[in-house]
Amino acid sequence: MLKQTEGSHAVAEAVALCRPEVICAYPISPQTHIVEGIGEMVKSGELKDCEFINVESEFAAMSVAIGSSAGGARTYTATASQGLLFMVEAVYNASGLGLPIVMTVANRAIGAPINIWNDHSDSLSQRDCGWIQLFAETNQEALDLHIQAFKLAEELSMPVMVCMDGFILTHAYERVDIPTQAQVDRFLPPYEPRQVLDPAEPVSIGAMVGPEAFMEVRYLAHAKQMQALERIPQLAKEFEACFGRDSGGLIRGYKTEDAETIVIAMGSLLGTIKDTVDAMREAEHGGHKIGVLGITSYRPFPLAAVAAALKNCKRFVVLEKSLAVGIGGIVATDVRMAVTGMGLKGYTVVAGLGGRAITVKSLTTLFEKACREELDLVSFLDLDWKVVNKQLERERTTRRSGPAAESMLRDVGVIAARIG
Amino acid sequence: MFQIRIHGRGGQGVVTAAEMLSIAAFEEGRHAQAFPSFGSERTGAPVVAFCRIADHEIRLREPIMEPDALVIQDPTLLHQVDVFAGLKKGGYILINTNKSFEELGLADYVRDWPADRLLTVSATDIARKHVGRPVPNVPLLGGFAAASGLIQLESVIKAIHRKFGGKIAEGNIAAATEAFNTVRAAIDEAKRKEDAHA
Repeated sequence: MLKQTEGSHAVAEAVALCRPEVICAYPISPQTHIVEGIGEMVKSGELKDCEFINVESEFAAMSVAIGSSAGGARTYTATASQGLLFMVEAVYNASGLGLPIVMTVANRAIGAPINIWNDHSDSLSQRDCGWIQLFAETNQEALDLHIQAFKLAEELSMPVMVCMDGFILTHAYERVDIPTQAQVDRFLPPYEPRQVLDPAEPVSIGAMVGPEAFMEVRYLAHAKQMQALERIPQLAKEFEACFGRDSGGLIRGYKTEDAETIVIAMGSLLGTIKDTVDAMREAEHGGHKIGVLGITSYRPFPLAAVAAALKNCKRFVVLEKSLAVGIGGIVATDVRMAVTGMGLKGYTVVAGLGGRAITVKSLTTLFEKACREELDLVSFLDLDWKVVNKQLERERTTRRSGPAAESMLRDVGVIAARIG
Repeated sequence: MFQIRIHGRGGQGVVTAAEMLSIAAFEEGRHAQAFPSFGSERTGAPVVAFCRIADHEIRLREPIMEPDALVIQDPTLLHQVDVFAGLKKGGYILINTNKSFEELGLADYVRDWPADRLLTVSATDIARKHVGRPVPNVPLLGGFAAASGLIQLESVIKAIHRKFGGKIAEGNIAAATEAFNTVRAAIDEAKRKEDAHA
């Protein structure tokens, strides 16, 4: 049924339709509305046979999720930013133990300085934790990916993060098609655990493994993700057959066939990029041959699919809401590996950190430069160099230059009057 | 695509107004996208929310920097925030006030504006009267429906039912209707004056 609703609410409804049995979560912006929504459904009885557990921290949230998943219950949680970092030890355990937990990450920046706005630093910091990471472009896709995530997680017995841009998606009202319970039941079979803690048939889960088998167990996690590379596109097809919508998959190209320049990104930013690209293609003075490649599956990273999508272009720009301090891009590093030996020019652009608005105007200038191959290898979109240089100068000339963030905020001046 | 920016203060229902506007547009079969300015909102602090309405899927997710219409829920913001930033020339301006544009010191800014795009409504008073609380967001939506003709009053009423129940819904419907009629009458008056000049 079509509905105009908040992204968080759409996800809450999708999770409820997946018949979770345990939900344990600790509130943190911008994830809060999702678990509040599910909490209300449990309390009202709309979501039956589900226990909602209020926990005292994110570490507890993931620990309870591990316990309930090992106990054979379909388990869901959600977090963001510092909350994800706080649960990291348990996040690694969940994947190490092969427990099919589904978790929404409402992507948000990581402090310090504290910042509640969107970027991809949080889930990308967990790049190597063994969880599958799927990125949603729209609220419809966020909803759809959760339904696919439970099926993928349980088939492989591996946990899945569904990443959606905090505020930009979680707090946006837009049109979504909410499936029926019958549709979801047809797509998602009941959870059949590969391992279960059962007093009637006692087993150990999580015992110590020494050098004799540790590498093999770890390799298994990699093997599972390679299986996921096969399963994710198949699941998207099965989903389409069931729900009539093209959602998910590994990657999604837009006007890439004849493109000389391809812009690569993840998440909600893709919409703004597509609008920019359409305008540039229609530009009066000879349209630019430019296309877009969205990466839905960040882990596993679809090396072969990305290489195939880029095989006819001349250059690519990875536009990412993350920064690998000391080198540049995080996503860009993976893309460069995908195109090894293809002789393409590649540019990394870090954008939108901590909620900095990414505008069509800035993107147009950026992409035009990219088409002319005038970009630096690594650049920062709309970085205020005046503020950066002033602080660098302060640090050069004054030993006790004081806290950097506070000084830079003062240099920027009052921001209450700003719209973007 | 039509873009609306709503300015107000924390506690005035700015974000709810944008959401309801998107619901009203959806009720008329259109695509709509509403989102807040993502601040850590505090009561009384300036808040901005955005709404886009179109006949096709809306992919754009930048903040609205060149609105077609402005709704200003608190006129004291005129001295604090650059509320007019990027407003398209001749765009709709709807202010919650019982003063005129001249009295608000805006005569110069709106000199060349069509009179039927410059609208005021005492939304706080109307809300106090019908809802019992000084929350101007819903009457302003009624006013916006009349001002822009973009959405019908009945769609605003549907959106009210989605967000509120019982007495609060009833009060808000009465408030939206009164504001709609007030603004409608002001536009008719402005048009009549223009015709008389012509």
